[in-house]
Amino acid sequence: MNVDVLIVGAGPAGLAAAAELRRLAAGQVLVADREQQPGGVPRHSAHTGYGTRDLHRVLTGPAYARRYAAAATAAGAEIRAGTTVTGWAGNGRATLTGPSGIETVSARAVLLATGCRERPRPARLVPGDRPTGVMTTGELQQRVYLHGERLPGRALVVGAEHVSFSAVVTLAHAGADVVALVTELPRQQSYAAFALAALARWRVPVWTSTALRRVDGRDRLTAVDVADVRTGAVRRVECDTLVFTGDWIPDHELARAAGIAIDPGTRGPAVDTSLETSARNVFAAGNLVHAAETADVAALDGVHAARHIAAALRCREPAAAPGAPDHASGPPYRVPLAVEPPLAWISPNAIRFNASAGAGPPCRAPTSPPGTDPPGAPPTSSPDAGAALSPGAVPVPPPRGRFLLRSHVFQHRATLEVHQGNRVLARQRARLIPGRPVHLDAAWLARVRPSGGLVLVALAHG
Amino acid sequence: VTAGPDPEAADVVVIGAGVVGAAIARELSRYQITVVLADAANDVGTGTTKANTAILHTGFDAVPGSLESRLLRRGSALLTDYARRAGIPVERTGALLVAWTAEQEQALPSIMERAQQNGYHAVRQIPVAELYQREPHLGPGALAALEIPDESVICPWTTPLAYATEAVRAGVRLMLGTRVTGAQAQGGRGALTGHVLSTTRGTIRARWVVNAAGLHSDRVDAMLGGDGGFTIRPRRGELIVFDKLARPLLSSILLPVPTAQSKGVLVAPTVYGNVLLGPTAQDIDDRGDTSTTANGLASLTEAGRRIMPLLLEEEVTATYAGLRAATEHRDYQIRVDAARRYACAAGIRSTGLSASLGIAEHLAELMGDAGLELRPRNGSAAPPLMPYIGQAGTRPYQDAGMIAADPDYGRIVCHCERVTCGEIRDALASTVPPADLDGLRRRTRVQNGRCQGFYCAATVAALMAERAAGGPAAATGQQVTAGRPA
Repeated sequence: MNVDVLIVGAGPAGLAAAAELRRLAAGQVLVADREQQPGGVPRHSAHTGYGTRDLHRVLTGPAYARRYAAAATAAGAEIRAGTTVTGWAGNGRATLTGPSGIETVSARAVLLATGCRERPRPARLVPGDRPTGVMTTGELQQRVYLHGERLPGRALVVGAEHVSFSAVVTLAHAGADVVALVTELPRQQSYAAFALAALARWRVPVWTSTALRRVDGRDRLTAVDVADVRTGAVRRVECDTLVFTGDWIPDHELARAAGIAIDPGTRGPAVDTSLETSARNVFAAGNLVHAAETADVAALDGVHAARHIAAALRCREPAAAPGAPDHASGPPYRVPLAVEPPLAWISPNAIRFNASAGAGPPCRAPTSPPGTDPPGAPPTSSPDAGAALSPGAVPVPPPRGRFLLRSHVFQHRATLEVHQGNRVLARQRARLIPGRPVHLDAAWLARVRPSGGLVLVALAHG
Repeated sequence: VTAGPDPEAADVVVIGAGVVGAAIARELSRYQITVVLADAANDVGTGTTKANTAILHTGFDAVPGSLESRLLRRGSALLTDYARRAGIPVERTGALLVAWTAEQEQALPSIMERAQQNGYHAVRQIPVAELYQREPHLGPGALAALEIPDESVICPWTTPLAYATEAVRAGVRLMLGTRVTGAQAQGGRGALTGHVLSTTRGTIRARWVVNAAGLHSDRVDAMLGGDGGFTIRPRRGELIVFDKLARPLLSSILLPVPTAQSKGVLVAPTVYGNVLLGPTAQDIDDRGDTSTTANGLASLTEAGRRIMPLLLEEEVTATYAGLRAATEHRDYQIRVDAARRYACAAGIRSTGLSASLGIAEHLAELMGDAGLELRPRNGSAAPPLMPYIGQAGTRPYQDAGMIAADPDYGRIVCHCERVTCGEIRDALASTVPPADLDGLRRRTRVQNGRCQGFYCAATVAALMAERAAGGPAAATGQQVTAGRPA
């Protein structure tokens, strides 16, 4: 099967991109999702609060998921649920597996929107037994909201960020008695109002500066050991359910299988401001490139990527065979972007320059699909290696005109400083909370010198 | 206590359905005798068998002249052939034994010498440059290496299941959830005619008892009036399983050089496509304590960082601990007492998987010599064809023919391990079906992947509940009895 765009993942980013691509008349769009229903994580997030930034209304997760799936379908995209993209067959061809068989799909462009997952207990190296009753929020939500399970007994939540409070709500819904939220950090990371509401309603304390040290229970979970990270004092907490929340990792398997460069900070595919990866015509959007933001942010990413994909396809030379590599043009022109500790990461990871300004994304050279770029290609290309830059080159703004950052530390009044070499491009006030988004307005992009090298975001000293 | 033949008694009861007990039951099932295979757990292979380094050893480094050396060599050859016929995942990756210190380097000639004495002649020393060429991600500082080309990795879960499946299909009665609580001899001293075992599921009468109780074999030995020549001292080994994305980092099993100070930690591929780091070795008292420890995991990550720094950059998929049934003896404790009609296969510390078929063959021979009549059954025994859960071959989701014949093989339920609805259905309806989620995991790999259930746990739980409530699996699960043999 040949399509113009293959989208992997029917979550908010993938579905929003599909609808936008169809609106822009970008041709045939196929969205594959391995779950039985499209919608992504919102399918099993029964709480409200979805849709504020993108749809300008407040919906529950399932309603939001249904709305996006319906919009993509109405726009003419084909959504194939229960279908897994199992790998690449070279030259922009993907292998799809589903109940109807194994199919190879050739696409002129690919959008990876595979999302992210929470780091489960083993990946956090928590010692102890391996009893049942230990899960992530994702599993908890599916058990409770998709399969109607009850979870009576005492529950402990590891983490104190937004999703942790969401887990408290889900646990309460399932009949659990939530003992506490535990975090190694000195304070919780959710919005005060949200946290206070949850704490007041369910009387759940947050145990800060507290680490989980051991899980007990030969069969069912019976108890955990928690330690005060300041004093080292350990105490035992009896519980029947333990939920590991947050600590997101992108589902980057397909990106890595294609040899696409991974950003060491986000651990998702490295993308430039157009959301293109190191492989030509392969884009990535949503929580795959910034794990994890709210669904609306992912959806707006999808729209952003769709516009750049549409432009790339529009400008393609008609003579080129679908999926054929094109060696005539070099890689796109990019200026790398990075952060200094204690900042954790920035997304996107490079500033894209396009050859000319104008209404909408400009035309550019045809590019090659996954499987044709050498594995481990650098995420950003040096100016020397890049396409010749025309004098009118303009930087492509990131989705929503801002960069997303994360911090490893709390800092109430921080100043972010954007440098290129010795030049300070911008300063911006920010409040740093681990796991919470920090937005960096991209107004300074016009001051980036295309040949000026790495742009670095750091905390201003003093 | 009665004398004379007991028509209701089985000829042999094997206590312990680990890889060794299952292999013995399978071996005995080839003869015209009635056999019961009993285990306290609700599945086969839940003790030492399920948590080890999953290596099919050549036995190059066994103690020369030991029973272990002989049975390991024989068992390894038998299992290599059996695995091919039964569809048990095996990959002949070869091993590289890497010396990191001068002391370790000096030990290499004696290791080569030992391999020769064990009848294994393919070990050779390779230049350091070749080592790094073959394993470019190996950490810096390796001084020398030996290549053992026939060391392989194997699926430790499919192996005992294949044995048990073959045994059950040949008429062996598998009694799970059956803990032996006592034993009484039938017949007088010197004229013993059999045993009556008290279990948590009624009594089992048998003319012969085989003790393959692994971590509990000394207690079973005492129950049956054995000579008490050994005591089990569980040795805990903790292991870390890395994400499948780490698999391209190495091509061979990377073995440590054992020294007086430490046995060392290995890094090995698994047949599922993960990378294993471990084990630790800690003597403990509790025979059920398979918990991991902060110290154990920390020592593994430290060792792993030296052996292969990039490995530690990958995500950890699982951590676990296994208990090896070590004794005060270095060699296997295998003996047959004709007068007491009692056979014992114990003290099989960490080579039981590789040696299992050799042990079973040897023990059956000893029992035959001791008076158990072993007349072969009519018809040739053939291994069952087991569901394939390795990464090197073709899994159902990759098989267009299977999906076309049955779309359930195209319905991927567990995304990380790409386990299909069809495979789960088959496992639940198999000859030796799983009793719980862990059993299903061992049979299909469902939920053994990187997300550990983030995506599919709820769906899998629902599938299992559905089948338990009267689906096809419940109807065919009766081949395994949990009760008193007729």
